[in-house]
This record gives sequence, C-alpha cells and structure tokens, in this order.
Amino acid sequence: MAKKYVDYRGSSDYIVSDELRNSVNIAIALQKPLLIKGEPGTGKTMLAQSIADSLEMNLIIWNIKSTTKAQEGLYVYDTVQRLYDSQFGDSNVADIKQYIKLGKLGEAFLADKPVVLLIDEIDKADLEFPNDLLWELDQMSFYIPETKETIEAKNRPIVIITSNAEKELPDAFLRRCIFHYIAFPDPEGMEKIIKVHHPKLEMKLLQQAMETFYMLRNISNIQKRPSTSELIDWLQALVVGGISPGRIRQELPFLGVLLKKNEDLDILLTQLNTKTQARNQNTRSSPFNRYR
Amino acid sequence: MFTKFFYVLKDSGLPVSMNEWQTLLEALEAGMAGSSLTGFYYLCRSVLVKTEAHYDRFDMAFANYFSDIETPEGLPDKIWEWLDKELPDMQISDEMRRNHQKLDLDELKRMLEERLAEQNEEHHGGNRWIGTGGTSPFGHSGYHPGGIRIGGASRNLSAVKVAGQRRFQEFRTDETLGIRQFQVALRKLRQFTTRLDGARTELDLDSTINKTCDNAGRLELIWERPKENGIKVLLLMDAGGSMVSYSRLCNQLFTAVNRSNHFKDLKIFYFHNCIYDYLYHDPWCSLNNYTETDYVLNTYSADYRVIIVGDASMAPYELMRKGGIIEWGLYNDRPGIDWFKRIRQHFEYSVWLNPIPKNYWMWMEGAFTINKISEVFPMEELTIDGLQSAIDKLKSRQAIATSS
Repeated sequence: MAKKYVDYRGSSDYIVSDELRNSVNIAIALQKPLLIKGEPGTGKTMLAQSIADSLEMNLIIWNIKSTTKAQEGLYVYDTVQRLYDSQFGDSNVADIKQYIKLGKLGEAFLADKPVVLLIDEIDKADLEFPNDLLWELDQMSFYIPETKETIEAKNRPIVIITSNAEKELPDAFLRRCIFHYIAFPDPEGMEKIIKVHHPKLEMKLLQQAMETFYMLRNISNIQKRPSTSELIDWLQALVVGGISPGRIRQELPFLGVLLKKNEDLDILLTQLNTKTQARNQNTRSSPFNRYR
Repeated sequence: MFTKFFYVLKDSGLPVSMNEWQTLLEALEAGMAGSSLTGFYYLCRSVLVKTEAHYDRFDMAFANYFSDIETPEGLPDKIWEWLDKELPDMQISDEMRRNHQKLDLDELKRMLEERLAEQNEEHHGGNRWIGTGGTSPFGHSGYHPGGIRIGGASRNLSAVKVAGQRRFQEFRTDETLGIRQFQVALRKLRQFTTRLDGARTELDLDSTINKTCDNAGRLELIWERPKENGIKVLLLMDAGGSMVSYSRLCNQLFTAVNRSNHFKDLKIFYFHNCIYDYLYHDPWCSLNNYTETDYVLNTYSADYRVIIVGDASMAPYELMRKGGIIEWGLYNDRPGIDWFKRIRQHFEYSVWLNPIPKNYWMWMEGAFTINKISEVFPMEELTIDGLQSAIDKLKSRQAIATSS
C-alpha cells in the first residue's frame, strides 16, 4: 500500500457488505463519485449517512426531483428578486452577490471541512441532468459569470450518487463514476441487518418471519416485492402486536405492511389457495387465458 | 501486462473506455486491489462496469480470462479435512510481503504436486506445507500473494469462484426483464411540444422583457406552459392462441405501456394472429366489440407511433389468401398481408415486436410469415434491447424494407 487513505469501515447502525465497503474506499481513494444502484429499500441513501458518521464528516443531501436543474445545485441567481428590488429601491441592487444563492454542490465546495455530498435519486431528473454536472464534479469548481467569481472546492467532497434506474444514465457520466450495485441481502446478511434494528428480537420469531418474508419475495408475478425496510416495519408490528411465532406462517398477520398493492395481495391469496396448481399461476391473471 | 484482459472485456460486449482502464491502472498502482485476485475482481468491477446489467458479462469474461487460477480439483479428501479448520485473522507485515515474490502459476502447480506427494499430516500456520493460515502458497486463510487457495470458508473467497457464481445473471439486458425496465425503455419515446391546456408555470423571459419595456420599466412577469410530450401511441397486440406461451412477457409490456403516462394518447387494440377488417377492443376479440380497421386508418393521424406485438407466426394462407381468416364465420376480401401493408403505408412510424427470440425466427414453424411480415415492418424481438432499438426506429421514419 503506497499511501494510507481515509478508510470507511461501516458504522454501528448500518451493516455494510465487504464488496460495498471496498467500492466506497475505492471511490474515496480515486476521488471519484460513487454511483449506487439497487432495489428500493437496500439502504442506498443510508449509506451516505453511514459514511458521514463513520468518517465524522457533515452530510449534505441534494434531493433530485423531476424538475431539478443542474444549475440549481451550483447556484441560483434570483433575478426576479433583484428586479423587484430595483423597482422599489429597497436594497443595494448593484451588489449582485446578495442575489446569488449557492446550491447544495456549491455549499459542499465551500464547506470548511470535507463533507459527504449525497446526490439522491439522480435518475429522477431530466435525461441530460448528469451531463450538465460532468465538469463541476470532475474539476470540483464552477464559475459564476454574474459576479465573475470562481467557486473552487476547499476540500474535495466525497460524492455519493444514488439511482433507482428509472432512466439510463449517460455514458460520459458513467465513465467518471465508480459503480456499485447493492444486491438484495441473502438471509444471513438480512439477519445481521435486522439485529441492528431489533437487537432483542426472539430467535424463533425472527426465523419464522424471515422464512415468510423470503417466501413472499419469491412469489413470481408480484409487482412490488417487499424490501428490507418493510421487513423491519413488519417485525416491529409483530412485536408490538404480540404475535406468537407459530402463527406467522399460517395467518400472515399485518400483511399490509409487506405488500402495498392490492394486486399483489390478490396474487398471494390465489397462490395460497391453489398451491397444488401453482404451475398455472403464470397465466392465471393473463388476458390471454382464453386460448389455453 | 494484462492489456489483453481489456480486449477480452471489450469482446464480451462491455463498453470499457480508455479512461476507465487508466483509472484502473492508477488504482492498481496505488495498491487498491490489496494484492489478491478477489480484491482485483471487485476493483475491476467497480471501476469498469457501470450497470448491473453488465455484471454477468463481466463475471463470465473474468472467470474465462483468469480461469487458470482456479483451485485445482481432485485433491485427496484428507487435505480438505486439514483445511477445514478455522483460524483467527492474520497480521501481514511488510517483511512478509517482501519475502514472497509472486510465483509463476506453473511453478506453483508443480510445487503443489510435489508437496502433495510429500505431505502426510496436517499443517497449520507454517510457511511450506498445505494447511490453514501461515504463509505457504498452498492452503487457505493464510497469506501468500499469488498462492493457490485450496478450500476454506472464503476468508479471501477466490475471485474466479465469485465470478463463476454469476450471481448477476438475472440482470442481463438481453434477457427479458420486468415491467419497470420496459417503462424505462418506453420513456425514451417522447417528443416535446407545448401543450394547449395546463398551468402556466414557466417564466417566459423574452415576453417578460418586452412587456416590462412596454410598461416603461415597471415589471410585469409573463408565464407560459411547460413543454409536454406530444407522442401518441397505437398498440396492436396479438391475442391469438400461439401467443399464450408469451403471455407473461406481453402482460409486462402491456402494463408498462399502460402505466407510461407520458404519452399524449394511447390506444390499444387486439387482433387474432393477423389483422383484417376489424380490430378488437378486448383480448378475447369479442365479435361485438370492435373498431373497423379502415376507421382506424382514416381517423388516426399518421404521426401515431404504432407498436405491433405478435409472434407473426401463422399458417401461410392466413396471411396471403383471401378468406384466410382463422375465425369461423368471418371472411376477408383482402389478404392479411395487404392489411399490414396498408397499415404500414399510413403509419410510417411503426415497428413489430416479436416475443420469439430473434435467433429462432428462421427456424420456427412460422418462419415463412415472420419473414413476409418483417419485409413490411421493421421487426425486433421483445426484450429490453429489442424494445430500445424499436423505439429508436419509432423516432424517425423508416424506409419500408421492400414492397412486393
């Protein structure tokens, strides 16, 4: 090892797989943004918090919406306010600086200590959005023509970007990122995660609940498969409701916590009722049934 | 030194760029691979592969290229027993690292064979014999850069083995995937126009400046309507008997199209095997619930994007002959192929999606009709990749392949 880098090791309230930890450290060492993809509920957003906690840095979150423009992350020049002010002569309109408001990226650049910058759900924005940020993320600086100022990063922030794969991201952007796909945790990994959230959980209850959970996830045709966060909520409900472990599999209590769609509940019920004909399940709800 | 690997990756369809390769080399120089093949595997993957859809390709290429380094098989059971012991983590000093020059693989294999012949008892923590821990190149849980790992519970899981597991197979894009992926692909089908209704939420800067000047400097803000997708879609689905085997796939596409609320208009019709005088409103093709195909051709403007989903497999007479219609009691004056040609002539933006994988098209029972129809419509297979190229084709007018 030529040089000792900042080393992320995971934090007490977030279970990180070796692979993911590797990727985080690679991204930090290479000073490149880390792009995280994965099923909903696999802890993409939590990762940034965990990195910030473990490295004792501040976390700046930039939530992306469908209307977000790349420019907003850098700065916003409030021209309308300035125009209004000029009409009524309230303040010194010659001072453009007071109308320049830094966005989240700008904030991260100007922070005194290195920060973790989370660009959350980048795929929500327009297709061109990531391309518009290429230069800024590469060079860690941007220019404000209005004030003829260049904002340069005092400390290079650790950039974490999450995506739900709603849109394909542009290649040029991808080339500059380190990529990691968070796979859905296997039962072992899931147990660890649950123990962080419910440390005192009864072993038997956990086993039963996990079995049922993975059974539900494996039903084909389910549109929204239950995820980690739903399992955690469900366990909470089971504990609060005082459900005995033996009843979980038969009665499937609080099912609404796991399956959020009516269609999915229907699919589950039909499948449970006709277990013997499970093979027909694929075409059961199909409009093409007539031609069987 | 392993530049060949770069080309192996490229050949297996991974879009690896020089930039990324450079980054990888930098990372290796900085020792980020942790001098293990596993570390190297994860480093390569996170730097070179940018979508989970390519993880599988990467795994196969990696396993293929580095397959020589896999644990040899056929070791005596006794050795597996020796190796089946747990050990605490080992501290590795710089001195140790220096002592171990990277051994040549052939050399290693030869040495391993020798040791196998000589060794007759358990060894743990030493530097020569096969066993756990220690710094011998053979065994597991120990430290030897470039040694051969034999068994063990993945303290340093063999990278080739990880790659060989192909855990990400289900993410390949040339496989058919779920509704969501279809939706993502469909989202690319768009064309912005200004909508006539809807809230005025965008500031029209030019008009604002003009108005404000007109007012002699008194500010007046002008707002305009945001631009909207102007694409209209006509989806024609084959609900015939031979489509049953693809019903799940078609359902997914159907749901995805239905949920795509970014189209200005979406019309869905069904047909049975081939299109004749009538298009049906439900997948059962009920004879009392239809629209005349002529009406569709006359009413819907040519800028509708037409997606036809069907296996295009039928008896040749269904497509080529008058009266070839499969339903009893109906008769068609025009052969099906004529109808397809008329549809294609009117709707220049049209594609045919076929759920049958492309490499079967020439060998299926319906090869004749598939061939005839793909002379009329550009035909793509119904996978994510196929849908994407179909959508690319819908964006511009495609020349009608041939007309005969």
